[in-house]
Order: sequence, then structure tokens, then C-alpha cells
Amino acid sequence: MAAITVAKSSGRLLCRLRSTYKCLVPSKSGAAVALARPNLQQHARWYSVSHLTVEERIDQKRRAALVGGGQKRIDAQHKRGKLTARERIELLLDPDSFVEYDMFVEHRCSDFGMEADHNKFPGDSVVTGQGRINGRLVYVFSQDFTVFGGSLSGAHAQKVCKIMDQAMLVGAPVIGLNDSGGARIQEGVESLAGYADIFLRNVLASGVVPQISLIMGPCAGGAVYSPALTDFTFMVKDTSYLFITGPDVVKSVTNEDVTQEELGGAKTHTAVSGVAHRAFENDIDALLNLREFFNFLPLSNKDPAPVTECHDPSDRLVPGLDTVVPFESTKAYDMLDIIQGIADEREFFEIMPNYAKNIVVGFARMNGRTVGIVGNQPKVASGCLDINSSVKGARFVRFCDAFNIPLITFVDVPGFLPGTAQEYGGIIRHGAKLLFAFAEATVPKITIITRKAYGGAYDVMSSKHLRGDVNYAWPSAEVAVMGAKGAVQIIFRGKSNQAEAEAEYVEKFANPFPAAVRGFVDDIIQPSTTRKRICRDLEVLASKKQMNPWKKHANIPL
Amino acid sequence: MAAYRVTPALQRVLHVFKHASFRSRCCVVTSNVQYSTVYDSSEKTFDKILIANRGEIACRVMKTCKKMGIKTVAVHSDVDSSAVHVKMADEAVCVGPAPTGKSYLNMDAIMEAIRHSGAQAVHPGYGFLSENKEFAKRLAAEGVTFIGPDTHAIQAMGDKIESKLIAKQAKVNTIPGFDGVVKDADEAVRIAGEIGYPVMIKASAGGGGKGMRIAWNDEETREGFRFSSQEAASSFGDDRLLIEKFIDNPRHIEIQVLADKHGNALWLNERECSIQRRNQKVVEEAPSTFLDPETRRAMGEQAVALAKAVKYSSAGTVEFLVDSQKNFYFLEMNTRLQVEHPITECITGLDLVQQMIRIAKGYPLQNRQEDIPINGWAIESRVYAEDPYKSFGLPSIGRLSQYQEPSDLSGVRVDSGIQEGSDISIYYDPMISKLVSYGSTRTEALQRMEEALDSYVIRGVTHNIPLLREIIVHPRFISGDISTKFLPEVYPEGFKGHQLSDSERAELLATAASLFVATQLRSQRFLGNLRVSSAQQERRRWELSVELEKGIHAVMVSRSGSTYTVDLDGKSVDVSSEWNLASALLPVTVNGAQRTVQCLSRNAGGEISLQYLGTVYKVRVLSKLAATLSKHMPEKVPEDTSSILRSPMPGSVVAVSVKPGDTVAEGQEICVIEAMKMQNSMTAAKTAKVKSVHCKTGETVGEGDLLVELE
Repeated sequence: MAAITVAKSSGRLLCRLRSTYKCLVPSKSGAAVALARPNLQQHARWYSVSHLTVEERIDQKRRAALVGGGQKRIDAQHKRGKLTARERIELLLDPDSFVEYDMFVEHRCSDFGMEADHNKFPGDSVVTGQGRINGRLVYVFSQDFTVFGGSLSGAHAQKVCKIMDQAMLVGAPVIGLNDSGGARIQEGVESLAGYADIFLRNVLASGVVPQISLIMGPCAGGAVYSPALTDFTFMVKDTSYLFITGPDVVKSVTNEDVTQEELGGAKTHTAVSGVAHRAFENDIDALLNLREFFNFLPLSNKDPAPVTECHDPSDRLVPGLDTVVPFESTKAYDMLDIIQGIADEREFFEIMPNYAKNIVVGFARMNGRTVGIVGNQPKVASGCLDINSSVKGARFVRFCDAFNIPLITFVDVPGFLPGTAQEYGGIIRHGAKLLFAFAEATVPKITIITRKAYGGAYDVMSSKHLRGDVNYAWPSAEVAVMGAKGAVQIIFRGKSNQAEAEAEYVEKFANPFPAAVRGFVDDIIQPSTTRKRICRDLEVLASKKQMNPWKKHANIPL
Repeated sequence: MAAYRVTPALQRVLHVFKHASFRSRCCVVTSNVQYSTVYDSSEKTFDKILIANRGEIACRVMKTCKKMGIKTVAVHSDVDSSAVHVKMADEAVCVGPAPTGKSYLNMDAIMEAIRHSGAQAVHPGYGFLSENKEFAKRLAAEGVTFIGPDTHAIQAMGDKIESKLIAKQAKVNTIPGFDGVVKDADEAVRIAGEIGYPVMIKASAGGGGKGMRIAWNDEETREGFRFSSQEAASSFGDDRLLIEKFIDNPRHIEIQVLADKHGNALWLNERECSIQRRNQKVVEEAPSTFLDPETRRAMGEQAVALAKAVKYSSAGTVEFLVDSQKNFYFLEMNTRLQVEHPITECITGLDLVQQMIRIAKGYPLQNRQEDIPINGWAIESRVYAEDPYKSFGLPSIGRLSQYQEPSDLSGVRVDSGIQEGSDISIYYDPMISKLVSYGSTRTEALQRMEEALDSYVIRGVTHNIPLLREIIVHPRFISGDISTKFLPEVYPEGFKGHQLSDSERAELLATAASLFVATQLRSQRFLGNLRVSSAQQERRRWELSVELEKGIHAVMVSRSGSTYTVDLDGKSVDVSSEWNLASALLPVTVNGAQRTVQCLSRNAGGEISLQYLGTVYKVRVLSKLAATLSKHMPEKVPEDTSSILRSPMPGSVVAVSVKPGDTVAEGQEICVIEAMKMQNSMTAAKTAKVKSVHCKTGETVGEGDLLVELE
């Protein structure tokens, strides 16, 4: 693995580096660094510690920590189009807010010559600490690819675990900036133990504080499971990869020829596998977007959904919604038009925009308050529910429920996708996940049926029967077991006048009344008033308290 | 407002007031639009009118009908079932599916709608059936009044060949040309040779620039013949063509006439319609800066003479070409209400639709020629859903995700038939609205137009406001030095948007930087009690980097209250605003000057799209740190487009001239796309072999769809 070669070359590099370190300007992020006296060390006997005071040694270590694996490696990192671990933290956090932990931690490996001074790097291959994003507390670790390729040593893992533990204690999110070649092979099982320590904390923190992973370089082997366990995994296009085994191993095992990009690039994971939630253009774009994304999240499960200052009137009418649903019920429209229409300032942070596009999920604000939005997308596969869209929706709903984010669901669903591919793939099991997620959610749930709500999919999509708090129908809503054509073929099998029967069915069922007369929808509303209604309802539902029966944990059909 | 000046017309109006209801008087005195619908409630009129049209003109007609107390019936295609004109009407009838041939041109269905609704009269608007004598005949046969001229006038003036003969007889100046139908391309070339180049080939039945081509040599004549006959066939169902001398560098000035069934006829002054692209009008004004009273009178009198010669009744327009010596030639007569009629209404104070209805009912004209004033100045901008950066405007389609008209500004009238959420589809004209500004002087009217264009919010479709805004502030336009060649002369390389001066650039950069800081500050403001207190930063200064058109500017912003002082390139610019980040319009005061800027989008990556002086600029604002680090970011390689031919607009493929394996020369036609009844020839960008063809004749393509790939 890459880590070995990195280790070899970085030793030589480091010697050169240390003789020139005094030229290096410390980065701004090292707030705690005491600046050195100028021309501190002219001689080459720096490693003879006895000549230095403790203050000088502290200063020296800090300076060394700030340059990680040295300028040459930093240049190489930049040449790959990637920023260093510290530059990333600086961009992610508010200026001068970063408080670093464990700058002096070094790895403890003594095999393969690792104990040599030139193989020790203060801080090892990860930068950890806490800071602020728009004033709000966050814990962060940023793997340093310039030190042993960012490989995970016992010390590295220990640093990460420390900030995760503290994040849990105070109740603040954890952001991981991943850029690591994998395990520190020289350390053997200690490295593996380190991974497991992190995994365990990821699992324990799940649902307690939001955890976000941003993959900014390689992330391979066992390392991938930490991002997989976190709530959101974002990637940087062209420079990040996630896979269990790299192309070489794939070739030797399955004889497949595949590039890194095809196997585990941002495109693969955001469009095909569904492992990553979104990809950004480059490091800077990713970090700036992460700052924006962070503003949607509460700090922990003890906090309500955040409310920001809002300039968009909560009672704003949206006349465009009155015409958004086409006249013919078979014609598609874009659910994003509705979502952007009702959201504050038309702003919608979509999660997994390129995966299972028949369902749209993401965050928006209503009168300043974060909400999670789920909508069937009639533009793609008629907005039907299938395996991927059910899983995508379910995971999002559970995140919102775990973190007190109200759910707004827009329904236009013709049903579950039929076919052998779906049945063999287990649509029953996977579809049940979305049903489970909506049913167990206790956050405020507002549902708007814009058009079709057919069959079991009607039940699933945050229906009244699954404890929907407010369920609305637009005049264009049709709540029924199925579409007119299919229904008529069953009800009037063998009857000659199918067209007449169809018309009768449409008259009876292709409208919101059957659901409204039974109280399954609370009201039939003018689409243009939807925003106003939702804002008002959220105000009322802010004090909603609902508990599920006590249990160790539920058994969602995984 | 026109009504305040006491003219003989007004005295008559005041007389009418005595009998009119209070409501109609209100219309006159407080209405923001510059025409007065003054009617005598004792003057009996129709009970119900069917409007055989859609969009803004249908709405325009209904407005007057409502004021006159007439019930309205709308017709619509299925896709238009929730259109504004349908909602506005008292009744609405669906007359067929989306294609115009099956709905708005479907005479059987419209006749049925008339019978069903019991409408006594039909207003045809413009386009569609407005100049269709067949339709007028069928109405007459059923005893329904056609609000327009008689069949024979439509016939006489609708045919360009016949109209020219009649004009000659009525002693109206005409253009030299061939008075007959051209049979084929060879004949076209022969006739062109006789008249002398340049020549204009146009559809005999046409109008609105469709089926019209200019040829400077034999080859272009052949090509023009082919295109024009195809377009004429698809637009008018009549592929007859004629050829005439093309007058180089002319102005297009037209005279509005109004004639009744009692032999009276008036000319309501001129409209200057020289600003055109592809023979379609873009900006019109009334009066013209070019005409002196003598020429105006001479043109008006000839126009009236022509109207009388064909026993014209109703509103009509006589179009002239005017050369630099103020010689004018009759072009054609439009026997309908023109698109640009509002500017005439503004300066004369007359409601042309009301006049048309009165005339159709058989009433004589209320005004005398000497009563017709020129009060103030009016300018009309045609706001289209089209991309002005492509040949001054290629159609664009989409859904109006946000739409806000500047109709609350004083002296501004917006005639539109759409609203937020409406679809601009490939089936119909891509016009969004007619934006009319009115002032006591031309300067005032122009200033109001500028303001109105800046305050017009259109999102979801590409529109031509950048071009309109540039035209009205161009020194040549302001001085009145215009011709039908204005656009190609002023923008020989094609329209490229507003070109920023140094001070404008500084203003734009400062506005963008201030907006960025305002957004940053707001994103720190969390409300409610926080369990973990927020570490607010009391920053007063921001070091930023603003990128615009590849230039990177270091900027320092400092804040006091809602005013930002921006230091850039050695200058200091003050920007203040309420910084309402939800509003589509962002009124800012930059160094004391008021501006309306629109923020179309901004994202977390610092990219901000600002509509400033009409043009949309993409600005990228980053902190100094992010800007410094961005040099390390990899450059993304854009796709090589010379081998790929994509559809520049949505439309349908009418011809594909190549197949895979063919070798095409640079500039050779590859296929023809028809959109909004215009045929556009797609050509090869380089000489190459055709790798694959991704479109078929008859197929519908969207903007950006891959048509043909070259090797």
C-alpha cells in the first residue's frame, strides 16, 4: 500500500525540511502557536535536545506540526489539485476559530525503522480540534495526506476518537475530512484496532450528533466504513475515491479492468451506488458548500431544528403553483418547481440529486426553520417508488426524525415499480424501510398530495394513517387504489363499455373527495397558499411531543 | 396623462361624462394605462364577444370588453386551459389540442364555440384568423359580427400583389417590383435580375417577417425561394411568393388608421418600428423622431386614401418604408389590430379596441382628424422569451418560475397574457409581454423604460431584456439615428451584452462584494435560545477577491450599519441597501445613485449572478484565503464543441441533410430546425466526416439536444 513508499521518502524529505524550517511561515490557523524568536537556530545540532529549552522545543514541535509532511509533500498535494489538511480546516471554519488538540501526539510504532526521529511527525497524520461554522460549534478532524499518505496509525485513531468523544459530551457535530491511503501497515493490528475504535464511536454517535464525512482524496479498504456510518458522505469530483479494494486487486480477483474513477469516483458513488450524498467541483467548492450545509443542521439530538433570520414572508402566496400540475394526469412536471416555490428564498439543498431521481430529498427552510423535504419526482419514472428511491427516502426521513427536523412530504406517486428486477431485488423489504421510517417518525409531519396517491405507496408517503400531523390535498389530487384504467379492468371485467366505466371511476375516485370525506386529508387547499399553510402549521407543531413505546431499538427491515 | 389636456376630444369626453356611470369615469381619471375607455352607456353594444385568440392580445381585448360591460368568451387549446386569458374570460371553450392548426386556427371548432356560447361578435386579435377572409365569410354567413374590416378589404389588402395594385390606383407611393406570383426558383432568379439586386422574396399571404428572405445574388435567391416557400406553407398554408426591390437602409414607419362603415376615415399618426431583427419588430415608438408634420400628413393622407379605396372599416395599419430622403413607399396594409397599437393609444388617448367594437356595431367615428393629438411620447419594448445572444434572439422555452411585472411604476403599461407559473411552449409565439412606457417627452419615456426593464423580474426562461435595455440607451437610438439595419450595424459581431465602463465595473464589483458580505452576515444570525452559545464574530472588515470576466479584483469591504464601503483598485465605492435577500429586486444606492439590481442566483461557492444594466454578469466572490488557495484547484476541461452540433433552441426537425459517413464542408447545411414557425439552418462548424446523426425529420428536439456528431 501507498503508505510504505510514503514512509520511505518522507524520511529523507523531513531531514531537508528541518534544516530549512525556519523559513517557513506558520499558517494562520495555528492560533495557539507562540511565534519563534527570529533566527532561532542557525546550527545543525537541533536534534541534540539538551541544547534547547523546553519553550524552544515546544515551539519547534508546533512549527513542525504546522507543515505536516513538509513543503515538498505539500507541493505534491497542491499539484494534485488538493489542499492540505490545515488549509481545509481554515476554509471550513470561521477565521481564527480553530482550536487544535493533540499537536504533540506522535505515532508509537517502532518496527521497520519507524522509531527514527525523521519518521516522527508531531500531530501524526491527522489534524483534530474544534471550531465554529457561522459561530456554531463543530468538531473536526482532517487527515493529512502529506504525513505517511494520511495513513491511520493508532495515534491517528486516538486523536480522532478524542474529539468524537468530546463532541458527544457537549453535543456538537463531527465533520471528518478524509484523505488517507488506508491503514498504517507498519503498525499492523494497532491500526485495525484504531479503525474499530472509530467505527464504534461512529455508531454510538449516530442519532446523537450529526456526523458528516467529506471525502477529499483516497479512502479505501476498511477506512470506507467510517464515512459509511456517518449521516452524510460528500465527495470532491475527480480527486476523491472510495472503494473496498482498488483497481489492481479487482483485476486480480475478478479480472475486471476498471479505473479508480469508474470504480469509486464521485460520479459512481453519487449516481450508481448511492454511497455518497453529493459531489462538489473541488476542495474549495466542497468546503464552502459544507459550511452552508452545516447551517441546516441542529448541533445534536437535544437541539431543535435551527431557525435563521428570514427575509421571505411566511404568508407569501405562490401563484405559480396553481398551474404547475399539468392538465393531463399522465403528463410529467418537475417536483423541484414546487419545492423551490414554497421554500424560503427558493433555496433547497438537495441530497443525492443524481441517485434514484424518482424521489427528491433535501433540506430547505420555512420561515427560517430547517425542514426536511421528501417529494416524489413525476419527471423520472413517473415518480414511482422502487428499491433505490425507498432506501434513499428512508435514510433521509430517519435522519430528520433523529435530529428534530420537521418533515414535509409532497406526494405524486403512481405506486411501487412492478417487475422481476424489483421483486428479486427485494422491493418488499426495501419498500418497507420507507414505510417504517415514516411510521416511526415523531417530528412534525406535513403531507401535501399534489396529484396521484395510488395504492400502497399512498399509505407509505407520510399518510394520515402513519401519524401525519397535517395532510393536505391539492384540487388535482387523486387518492385511489390505482389509476382508472387498471381499476376499471378489474371492477368491470368483461363489460363491454370500458370507456364509460372509466369515466365513472374517474368521477368517483380521481379527485380528492374520497380521502377528504373520510378525514384522511385535513383540507383541500389552493396550491398557491401552500407555503403560507405550511409555515403556519409548523408554528403550531413546534411544540409537538410524541413518544414511541419504549424499546431497546426497533428492528427496521434492513 | 392625455386626458388632462383640454383638447376638443376631451371636451367631447367631458360631455360624455355627464351620461356615463361613475365607474367608467373612474377608469378615465385614475387609470394608469394611457388610454381612456370612455363609452356612452346609452350607446347599445354587443352583449357577448368571443375572442378568437390567446395570450396578451386576448387579455387586452377582454379588458376593454369588461369596461364596456360586454361578456367575454375565450377559446383555448388544451395546454392553455389554465392560461390567463381563459381565467379572465366569463366563459371559455376548448377548441382543440396544442398545435395552432388544430386549435386557434381550427375554424370548425371556433364556429362551434360561437354557436355554443351565443357570442354576437368575434374579435380576432392579431395573427391566427385575424386576416383570414374565409373566417370572416363564415362568420357573416352565421350572422356573427367580425370585429375588423369587411371580407373584401381583408382579401384586397391581405394579398400583397393585389394590395400593391390597389395602392397604385389610389395614388399611394409603391416600391418597384414584380406584380405577380413567382412560380419557381428559376423564375425568381430571372425576375430578380430584371428588378436588380438586392431583392426581397416574401410570402404573398404573409406578415410578421415570416416567409421573408433578402437575396443579394442568384444563389441566395434560390435558397431564399426554397426557405420562404416552406415557411409560407407552414405559417399560412399558402406558399405563393412575390419579389420586389429591396430598399437598403430604410426606416419602417407605419400609420394607424381608423375607419367606420359610413365612409369616414382618420389617421392616428405614425409608429416608428425600425428596430427589427429578422424583419420582426423589437422596439417601437410613437411618434417618430424622423417625421416632420408635412411628411406625417402626406403619409397619413395616403393611408386614409388607401383605406377609403377599399371601403375599409375598423382599425388598420398602413406600413411604409421611408428612405433617408423621407421618400416613403407603401409596403402593405395590415387589416387588424397591430401588436404595437398601445403606443398609439398612449399618444392619442383613444382605446383602439373600443373603437373597433363601436365601428363593428355600426357607429360612426366620434373624432375628427383635427381632434387627433400627439400627446407626449410612448415607447414599446417587446419582451420575448428568447436568447438575444444568438442572432439577436432565438426562441427559448420554459416555465416562468418567477415573474413580476413593473406595472406599479408610473407611466408604465404592461400588456401580457402570462403570469408566474405559465409555460412558454414551442407551440406559440414566444412573446412574454409588451412593455410600454409613456412620458411627456421622449427623454422621460426612455428613462421610465430603463427603470421598467431593470425592475422586470423574469425567471425560468431566457429573455431579451439585455438587448432591449442596450437598444434604448444606445446613443444612435437616443438621437433617433435608426433604420431597419440598426441591430446588425450596431452589433456587427452579434449582441454581446452590455459592455461595462470602468466606473460601471467598479459599481458592479462593489455591489457584488457588498451582497456577499450581507449574505455572510445573515448566515450567522440564528434565532431562539441556543443550548451551545454561538460565537458571533464582530467583523468590520472583509478582505475579498471578486472575479468578473476573468479579471480578479482584490476588494476590501467595511461596514457601518447597512452601508458598505468597498475599496477596490484605489477607489472607494459606497453601497447601501436594505439587503432583503429574499426579494427578486435589489434596490441599491451606489455612491448616491439609485440602481435596481437583480440577483438571479448565488451559491455557497461564491458565484453570484447579477442582472445589472440589463445584462446578467457572473461574478465570483471569495474570501482572500479561498481566492489564494484556488490557484491549486484543477482546471476542468470543457467539452470540445466543434465536433458536436447541438440544437440552439427547442423546436422540430424539418430536414436532415446528412447521414453517417458523409463528408460535410464547413458551413454546409446539416439539418433544419423549425421553432415558432421560423426555419433555422444548422451548419457544420468544420469540414469533417459525419460520425453519427441523432435526429430524425419530424422529431421534436430540446435546447442543447445533440443533433449530429462529426469525427
